[in-house]
Amino acid sequence: MAVGKVTFTKAEREKLAEVLWLLNWISVVTGAILFGLGIFLKVEIQKWQEVMSEQGILYVPHMLITTGLAACGINYLGSKICLDCADTNKFLRWKLVMMPYIVCTFFFTACVLAGALLCYSIRGQLEESLYQGLRNAMRFYKDTDTPGRCYLKRTLDLLQIQFQCCGISGYRDWFQVQWISGRYLDMTDGAVVDRLRSNVEGKYLMDSVPFSCCSTISPRPCVQHRLSSASSDFSYDHQRQPLNLWRRGCGQALLDHYTGVMQSIGLTVLLIWLFELLVLTGVRYLQTAMENVLRLGDPESESDGWILEKSLAETACYNFDIIKNLGKCYQVDDDPNINVPSVAAELEVPSQQVQVQS
Amino acid sequence: MTLLKMKFNQQRRVRLAQGLWLMSWLAVTGGAFIFCLGVYLKTELLRRDEVMENAEIHVVPNILMMVGLASMGTNWVASRVCQDSLDVSRFPRWKVPLLAWFAMAALLCCLLLTVVVLSYALQGSLEDSLKVGLRNGIRFYKDTDVPGRCFQKETIDRLQMEFRCCGNNNFKDWFEVQWVSSRYLDFTSQEVKDRIRSNVDGRYLLDGVPFSCCNPASPRPCLQNHLTDSRAHYNYEYQSEELNLYSRGCRQALTDYYMGLMNSTGPGVLSVIMIQMSVLLSMRYLQTAVEAAIASENPEGESEGYLLDKGVKETYQDVRAKVLGLLKFGQVDPSEDASGAAEGAKTADTEKAATPTPAS
Repeated sequence: MAVGKVTFTKAEREKLAEVLWLLNWISVVTGAILFGLGIFLKVEIQKWQEVMSEQGILYVPHMLITTGLAACGINYLGSKICLDCADTNKFLRWKLVMMPYIVCTFFFTACVLAGALLCYSIRGQLEESLYQGLRNAMRFYKDTDTPGRCYLKRTLDLLQIQFQCCGISGYRDWFQVQWISGRYLDMTDGAVVDRLRSNVEGKYLMDSVPFSCCSTISPRPCVQHRLSSASSDFSYDHQRQPLNLWRRGCGQALLDHYTGVMQSIGLTVLLIWLFELLVLTGVRYLQTAMENVLRLGDPESESDGWILEKSLAETACYNFDIIKNLGKCYQVDDDPNINVPSVAAELEVPSQQVQVQS
Repeated sequence: MTLLKMKFNQQRRVRLAQGLWLMSWLAVTGGAFIFCLGVYLKTELLRRDEVMENAEIHVVPNILMMVGLASMGTNWVASRVCQDSLDVSRFPRWKVPLLAWFAMAALLCCLLLTVVVLSYALQGSLEDSLKVGLRNGIRFYKDTDVPGRCFQKETIDRLQMEFRCCGNNNFKDWFEVQWVSSRYLDFTSQEVKDRIRSNVDGRYLLDGVPFSCCNPASPRPCLQNHLTDSRAHYNYEYQSEELNLYSRGCRQALTDYYMGLMNSTGPGVLSVIMIQMSVLLSMRYLQTAVEAAIASENPEGESEGYLLDKGVKETYQDVRAKVLGLLKFGQVDPSEDASGAAEGAKTADTEKAATPTPAS
């Protein structure tokens, strides 16, 4: 009992071939869209790559790019095949290619689905990478003279300005790192030496934040320094002044940004996957219908098309047997036509003469 | 002597009509492009409306938008004319509208050229407008509690950060203005009292700038206060410090931005002018060739097309005479009366001369 059996007349087969040709061309376009989405995501990730601790997340856009290119190629071939399938004579050209093509397309469609699911599941890894990366960036903020880290200050400042955030989870993160380089500290000054001695590691810690944490929507000029003492600036009560600095942490801001981007990309890829599945089903029906027509011999007659010839379980067993027997290629089997010299040759029983009864 | 005469047989006329039809649709696209350009320029100017004092520069995008729409309509009409040009029965009805069409197309070309010239000529006006607008913005920076000015601070901060500029001409403009509101000044502090007494107007002036002037590319954390005092900060030299703040003034930054925008659209506008001119010339050839063909006995045969019937000077004199004639339509002509009286006198004389002869 075939799975999903549908009967096709000749006119229906031709119509199916035409429709599939058009759908394959649309799939080429969606493949290009997939490619474009991959490039977009790669550019977005590379923009803030310096504040990510590992680059493993890049495999998502790489997968999208390769799948997009593969989609263009596979669907272009599919459109050529479908165009020829309307005619039984031309179909003979493609007969042997069809089955491998369908298997390839099936695996490729599974890759598209995997890409879509990756976009949703990458959040945990991204979060860890971002938090670790931001922690490092804040630690190396002051190292503008160290090669390899000299642009971290600018990157972090621009990040805080653009995403309107401060620190990793809040502005207090800046109180725990030394973000002013020793080059700009007057070591002869008593106040500086006191601060350096006030903590175990000898870091110059202060309750101030960089200028990029300042909020533009605050009605007062920015209060960056001496944030934890209430008597620092006139009429500044740090408990009650919500607008002076950005309140959001950059870890959360970046995570939200990338999650939003990847969710919309994931949704688009899912829709593309559904479309590809539809095209694959159509091509499978067309292939089986054309093969049955050839088997019946009469190009004008009706034929059946199906997704699977036997039921799912039987097909699975059949394929599994094929795979099992593939490995036995070079092994001896029990074919009686082959003369296999064996150890038991000496024990051979001499052939008995047939007694002819005279 | 006709100007630039060319012979057209039927096939060439057909090809001319087809080519002109394509070109007029290309010109419609050009018109749409000009319109979109105008809209884009207008939105960009409106975004920074708060730091511009007058809207003189808006004439450039306004003209672009009008010309874009008019060009789309005019060239659509041209494509209709092309479609009718090969049909002997339908072409004659376009005779008069075509004159209006030529005038319109010439006007559009002139307007586009004017726009190109204006976009350079109005640079001075834009700079002046920005100068006054930015000066006001900096003066009202502290007035975040005054209705109508409460967003000046945010506007100026965002402007300085986005365009990477500071102050009007440079960062020293902030030294001349009180940009810290009195609400946040502790009047019991000696330092504050000294500063307020140090100038005639009693303003709290300081040699500091807002945080939005800070340059993120500076290797050291931003120094905003006591900028003129080299001893106030360790390892700081006021004269040689370049990277700490943005060195460009916002007026220069904005002018450069808008001039760059208008210059980059220059080639596009010039190519649209070229397309429009070629549509105009081809339409003239088509009109004269088809009219000559229709007028001759054999509409399918050869005909001549030209740009102008007579030479340039004669055509100009003709047109001038016609226009003056139109203008004089309502006036009574005094020279006609005098000549009429002279003629009347002459006929009376001849009559008088005629009558005495039978008497004599």
